[in-house]
Amino acid sequence: MVERYILRSSGIAARLLGSEMMIMSTSDSTFFTLNEVASAIWQAADGLTPLSEIVTGNICPEFDVTREQAQRDAEHFVGELSQHGILLVSDKPFTEFSAAQEIR
Amino acid sequence: MTPAIPTTASDAISIEIGGTNIALRTRDSSFRRLIENRYAGFVGNSLNSNFEFDIDLAEPSEFSEVGQGLEVKIQAGEWLLTRGDFRASWNPKTSYGYIRQSRGPYAIDCVLRIVHSLILARQGGFLVHAASAIRGGKAFLFSGVSGAGKTTISSLAPRDAMLLTDEISYVRRNDNHYIACGTPFAGELARVGENKSAPLGAVFLLEKGQQNSIEPIGATDAIQRLLRNILFFADDPSLVELVFRAACDFASLVPIRRLVFVPDHRVWDMIR
Repeated sequence: MVERYILRSSGIAARLLGSEMMIMSTSDSTFFTLNEVASAIWQAADGLTPLSEIVTGNICPEFDVTREQAQRDAEHFVGELSQHGILLVSDKPFTEFSAAQEIR
Repeated sequence: MTPAIPTTASDAISIEIGGTNIALRTRDSSFRRLIENRYAGFVGNSLNSNFEFDIDLAEPSEFSEVGQGLEVKIQAGEWLLTRGDFRASWNPKTSYGYIRQSRGPYAIDCVLRIVHSLILARQGGFLVHAASAIRGGKAFLFSGVSGAGKTTISSLAPRDAMLLTDEISYVRRNDNHYIACGTPFAGELARVGENKSAPLGAVFLLEKGQQNSIEPIGATDAIQRLLRNILFFADDPSLVELVFRAACDFASLVPIRRLVFVPDHRVWDMIR
């Protein structure tokens, strides 16, 4: 399995409200509400931690879900948010330089 | 951009909305009178203005190359506004702006809405598609898209409710509370609101229905629906972020409810 790294885009405004995360794209004003699991993934998206590690370290211990199911859900969620440009995805960890390149 | 012929202080008429005073200077006395009549009740003292605009009038044909759609962008700290009937610029740092527009009230009305929405965004407030009224010392907002019932609820307002607007509400932040102010931005009632203000008690998201009820609404849903109705004209990322933050802060401090109502006067029995 190819490892994936995820990074929050800088082109968004976000606010955690209770357990839900609200995100608004500052480029096209698209609005997203993330549930508890998606919020946990979003908050852990530092560009350096592999997605599989986020799933095993942050999701499985907190939520009643198998690792396989959590990984599938995480992949789906990441794919959706990256399509809107609010989450950046790479098969290598993001350095400060590469993050800036991606955002540009 | 500057006026073709310099204006003087005596050419000014000042429009004060939500405590922000904007002086409009035009050498055309008939246009000055038109502004004075349109914004009656909101005319302030031009010596106390926060911002100043010079206005030049032009033939509509001058704007033929400009697209009909509104465009608002910031360039080197200056806001540039264009539409099929005007071109304007405004620099918040120098407090100075210039408008070149066709004769008629719609261009200046649009410029004022944009400028106030930009001013409010920096202060944590906003303009929102909502009717508003003061009752019992508190202000109430009735928000919704076109057809949701803003005009209906305004026209049903009892005598002890003071209508602030039937179309565009002005919400100003004051530390940890919000104040609703009257605006001259009229909707279908074509009635300028009262130039008064009061602490905001609640926001009602309007829906016409079979019976009257006030229902709770989740915070994220409330913010999303509020954002749909807040006026912001520019795609500028920093402005979008300000508006988003303003909506989130607002929803954490002011009750937002769903108001389902039958269009008759009994709906106001619930508004206190």
